[in-house]
Formats: sequence, structure tokens, C-alpha cells
Amino acid sequence: MVLEVSIKKNLRDFVLNVTFQVQDEVFALLGASGCGKSMTLKTIAGIETPDEGKIILNGRILFDSDKKINLPPQARRVGYLFQNYALFPNMTVAENILFAAVGSQSEKIQKLRENLARFELNGLENSYPGELSGGQQQRVAFARILSSHAEILLLDEPFSALDNFLKWRLELELEEIFQSYGGAAILVSHDRGEVFRLSDKIAVMSQGKISEANTKQEIFKNPKTVAAATLTGCKNISAAKKIDANKIFATDWNITLTLNKKIPDDLKFVGIHSNFLENATAGENVFPFEVAKEIEDTFFYIVMLRAGKNLIRWEVQKNLWQKIKAAEISINFPAEKIILMNG
Amino acid sequence: MEIAPLIVTLKTALSATFITFFAGIFLAYKVANLKRFKGIADALITLPMVLPPTVVGFFLILFFGKRSFIGKFLLQFDISLVFTWQAAVISAVVVSLPLMYRTTRGAFEQLDKNIIYAAQTLGVSEWKIFWKIILPNTRFGILAGTVLAFTRALGEFGATIMFAGNIPGVTQTMSTAIYSAVQANDYDLAFQWAMALIIFSLVFIVLLNSSKYPHIK
Repeated sequence: MVLEVSIKKNLRDFVLNVTFQVQDEVFALLGASGCGKSMTLKTIAGIETPDEGKIILNGRILFDSDKKINLPPQARRVGYLFQNYALFPNMTVAENILFAAVGSQSEKIQKLRENLARFELNGLENSYPGELSGGQQQRVAFARILSSHAEILLLDEPFSALDNFLKWRLELELEEIFQSYGGAAILVSHDRGEVFRLSDKIAVMSQGKISEANTKQEIFKNPKTVAAATLTGCKNISAAKKIDANKIFATDWNITLTLNKKIPDDLKFVGIHSNFLENATAGENVFPFEVAKEIEDTFFYIVMLRAGKNLIRWEVQKNLWQKIKAAEISINFPAEKIILMNG
Repeated sequence: MEIAPLIVTLKTALSATFITFFAGIFLAYKVANLKRFKGIADALITLPMVLPPTVVGFFLILFFGKRSFIGKFLLQFDISLVFTWQAAVISAVVVSLPLMYRTTRGAFEQLDKNIIYAAQTLGVSEWKIFWKIILPNTRFGILAGTVLAFTRALGEFGATIMFAGNIPGVTQTMSTAIYSAVQANDYDLAFQWAMALIIFSLVFIVLLNSSKYPHIK
């Protein structure tokens, strides 16, 4: 399976302009709401039309503005899982699946049986969508897509309508679907945990553009842009300048950090995850900070440290904080955990 | 009490509703899916609802009268519409259509777009989507529009009296019969027809309200 996307579309607040390729893998579009990620999925499915560009699935041209090709959604063979599952409310579970199934009557029945069993829907064949729980509705939606002729799965915020507990259970199921489906999928989400657990590759989107695309490990460990760092959960980011081969100055925090890796010349920002900061007495990257605020969270304390005009967020184990609690505290910025960004 | 106005009224209203039903659904679907000129198309279809019925009647005479293009064309086949039973049907269609159209369009637009998109991406043809998904899921809106259109057609007066006249046994409906009765100072007769209209309309609206929404969320 190969999907090539290269499209442009003028939206109200920005221009959607993305180019990417997906091959037998789960590809995630990670971005804040309204960044254009759902719109991207909709153009692939043919629900929305880009202003220009190309969309090619397994060699078939789905859209090409130069050649004036724009296949209707019916001809694209793209399985789209909607946020609200979009089951047909006037049809039972079995009717929903049969309605989308392809093949002869006996093949359709065969597909229905297979998918009812696979998604543990036996016994619910004659229920209407309105009588099902959110999780059951999602399973019907999957069964419906897998009975159709879809060559790729597009998942639009698949868990956003569910509560936390159900979310987790369905996530486990989804992993199995990906594995047994063997096909490729594009996952659109704003939840970094979900994206990290489910996908192979991640493209970070902001304001209609992909700021960075890479394997999930690389994106989470070494984000190159502020957009990627923020979306992967980095809450401490400061403007930065390179001083020499292994020193940088973090402008917003007013501290000089020493690094053990190559510093790019076009360095613009520096960041560090709030749980990688640690209490230490001495070291190259140890600085004293005034404690501005402490907030008790479920399993840790959030300690806000005053750094220049800004605040640095530090997450610390509850029992440790209770031991070392003070008005001023020395903090180490471990060199290997420091994130360098150039955009 | 002559029963003719009741027969004429029912015949007119049923025929008009039959036409309005299909025309209203068709227009609602077309306008709901328009990308441009939606506002203008909507205004044109809705206009007869807000105009005084006399204006509608006047234009119907102009449009179908003997001096109009259509009127001249029909005369070649010895057909004249003005002051006929068919004219009463046309009047009722024109004034009841906006009700059918607006209610149905509202139902179409309230239908979750994702349901239609889902059907499209699953490969279901537009024709099948319309008959198997859109219509069944908007049937209560369509039913409501039909009942409103029918009750409106039942009581149609202004355009009918101008375009179809008030000919007893031919074009005299219950509402025009009330007008004639009052003019002839026959208040008892006027009261009987008025009650008949009220009861008819009430029954239909109560029937509409009692229709249940079974498994639709």
C-alpha cells in the first residue's frame, strides 16, 4: 500500500499545504484542533476538494488538479472512521454492515458473519445504533469499513468521543485491528499518548503545514521545532542563542547551558520536559531558582520555578518534594535531555 | 347543508398535497445541496408564504390567463385554467409548497453530514443514499411538512378565490363557502364550515404530534 499526498487548499485562517507519503504503516497526523489535520483526511476521502495537488493511492490517481481528475468518494476505496462513527441510524447492525459490503450476496453474508465474529458483535445483529454503547458503535463502524472495499483506513480522532476507561480498552482493540488488517492507516489526533502508542510514524502539523515528520521515537526524543516539542508534551521552552561549540544561552530563562552534543548554528529555541529536571547540589547545569508556586497533582507535584520573567515547570515525586521543599531550590538540566530546536 | 364544498376541498387539498409532496422534497434536496445562489433560490420558493394571497392569485391569473404565453398555448387545446377546479389545485400547490419545502429542507440539513459522507466513502451510490439513508432518516420532517402543507391547502382562500373563483359545486371550497355564507348573512352555515375546517386541521396536527420516533436518537 502506498499513498502519496501533496495538496494545497485555502482555508479561512490559513493555507493547508501538506506533502507526505504513507507505506504499510500507521501514520499519525498530530496537531492542535483546527490545524488542518481533519481537512487533510477529508481531501483524501474525497469529501473535500483541494485547490491543487495530487493524491495517489496504490498507483490510482484519486485527485490531480493538473489532469483534472477528481474521483468521487465512492470510487476512492478509502475507509473513513468518523469521530461520531456515523452509523446509519435507520438500519440495524447487520444492515449497516451489509449495506457497505461488496461482492455477491453470499460473499456479503460471509463478510457479515466474519466481521460480526471478529468484532464480537454476535447477538447485536438486530440492534439499532441508538441502542449501542460508544464502544460497540465504534466496532460496528470498523466492521462496516472492513466489509467494504477500503484499501486504507483513515481514523479521525477515533477516541475523542469516549471516556478515559473505554478509550483505553478500544485502543487495545485498535492495535489488533491494525495488525490483523495488515493495511495502512492514517490516524489524526491531538493526543500525543494515543499517537505514540498506536503509530509508527508521526507528522506534526500546525497552521496547515507539516512542521516535522519522522519516526515516533525520533519526534518524541528530538523534536526539531517548537510545534513538535509542544505537541509531544514539552512544557518548558525558551528562546536560545549559541555561544560557542558547547554552550548556549537560554534567553527567557537567563541561564547558560552546557551541552555534550553538536549545537546547530541556526539554534533558535531550547526546551526540556518538566519531568527530566532534577534536584542537585552542584554541576555544570545546576542553577538556583525561586519557587513561585506548587500545585499538587494526582501522583506528583508541579513546582513552578521563577526564571527571569518566565516560569519553568518541574514535575517531582510527591515524597521527594515533601523532603526537599524550600523557598529556593537548585535544579539540574541534564545535558542529554535538553532539546534543541531551530524553528 | 350542501356537501359539495367538502368534496371540492378534499379533492383539491389531496391533489395539491400529492404534487407538493414530491416537488417539495425535490426542491428541498436540490436547494440544500446548492453551493451558490442558495439564498436566492430559497427566497423565491418561500415568497408565496409571506406574500398576501391576493398577490399570488394575481400573478397566477397573469401567468395562466388567456393573454399569457401559457394561457395561449393551452387555448390551442381548448383548455382554459382560470375558474376551474385545476386552478384551485394550482393555487393550493403554490401556497403550500413553501411549507413542505422548508420543513423538509430543515430535516435534510439537520441530518448528520457524516452519515452521508460515511455512505459515500463506503461506495454507496448517491441514488441509494437518497432513498435508503436520507429519506428514511428524515421521514418525520417530511411527514411534518406534508401535514403542514395539507392543512394549509385545506384552508387556502385568497389565491383560490382570485384564480379559481367561488363557483358552487366546482371551485367553491370550505373556506370560500364561509366567505359566501357570511356575505349572504348565513352565519349558521359559515359556522358549520368553520368548525369543519378547525376539526380537520386539528385532527391532522394531533396525528402528526402523536407519531413516535422509535429507534432514532
